[in-house]
Amino acid sequence: MSERIDTVTPARAARLRARHDAREPELWALLDDVMDPEVPVLSLWELGVLQDVARDADGVVVVMTPTYSGCPAMEAMEEAVRARLHAAGHANVRIVRRLSPAWTTDWLSRDARHALVAHGIAAPGALECPQCGSAHVTLLAQFGSTACKALYRCDDCREPFDVFKSH
Amino acid sequence: MTKSVDADIFAYAVALGDDGLIHGQRLAEWVSRAPTLEEELAIANVALDHIGRARLFYARALEAGDDGRSEDDLAYRRDADAFTNLTIFELPRGDFAVAVARQFLTDAFNVPFLEALAGSRDPGLAAIAEKAIKESTYHLRRSRDWVLRLGDGTAESRARMQQALDTTWAHCGELFEPFAAEERLRAGGVAVDRAALEGPWRATVDTTLRDATLTVPNTPPAAYRGRSGRHTPHLEPLLVDMQVLQSAYPGQHW
Repeated sequence: MSERIDTVTPARAARLRARHDAREPELWALLDDVMDPEVPVLSLWELGVLQDVARDADGVVVVMTPTYSGCPAMEAMEEAVRARLHAAGHANVRIVRRLSPAWTTDWLSRDARHALVAHGIAAPGALECPQCGSAHVTLLAQFGSTACKALYRCDDCREPFDVFKSH
Repeated sequence: MTKSVDADIFAYAVALGDDGLIHGQRLAEWVSRAPTLEEELAIANVALDHIGRARLFYARALEAGDDGRSEDDLAYRRDADAFTNLTIFELPRGDFAVAVARQFLTDAFNVPFLEALAGSRDPGLAAIAEKAIKESTYHLRRSRDWVLRLGDGTAESRARMQQALDTTWAHCGELFEPFAAEERLRAGGVAVDRAALEGPWRATVDTTLRDATLTVPNTPPAAYRGRSGRHTPHLEPLLVDMQVLQSAYPGQHW
């Protein structure tokens, strides 16, 4: 695999700062258990869909941003968030969908990118075979098994693989 | 916002939602019929993006003009003459070249349209556009690629691609015709000046068709006007199909 210095994008840094300053660390910790149903190695926070969680007079308010306008997993993600909070005794949960700023793969953490590759999915912007690390790859289809992925083939080890699309 | 501005936003957002829903439904008809598995996935994904957009636009419309209806009411409980989608989206599924022609001609419009809508003074519409731009840019890469492959392909693929462009071309004029509410919203910085997008659109289309060895059609414009509810005879059967469950079991939900 080629040498690359991982850097934290400004968008990612802003997210980290917001979470660091959060007033409800225990709510954040609870939601770290909720994984993306389609890419189960990423939590909704690491994926960038989970934006904020806070308490107001009525209960818990969770702010989420969809990856794609038509992402069919969005409702499953909201249900999973609700279920996790209910299980921890938070009866009143309100979920707010926020569209702007639009979701971007710049929000993925370094750990998330490594987790993707370990799971056999090339990380966005890094077109390398997750099996053998070769950069000799060919696009097979712009749309892969889910809205967020494209399908490639490695020209060295000949394995097909998913790529998390840069978005 | 005043009441009349809200009524205009309702009409504008419903029209944009109708475009997405009807295009999404036509694309969904390809599921199980696409030429290859990869295209099947691509078409289904693009359909989901358009249907997702329709839901967002309907939701914005209902915020502006909450008359007790839901997104489902807008999608499943209106007749053809109440739909305001542009007629290019309701044209029959046709062969794969028709799907490519419709996708390419409207993607080439949607990219500059959404870029402009992202600057709308209405934060709700701007946010939907901001989300959708990246999707349409990605869609255009694929649809443009197919125009090139079919146009600069075999004699048959070239003939079919040209035929598909000639047929759909008659409905492209509507892309650049604003309706009354849209004109008023444009003056207030809310709606996009769609007439101004014809130049950039033509530039994309001309370059692509030239590279694909295809001819820019000169089909005369059709007389239909979807924004005024003057639809082709093709919309009604599409709606009968799409609304069948709600007609048979009113009020059913997942």
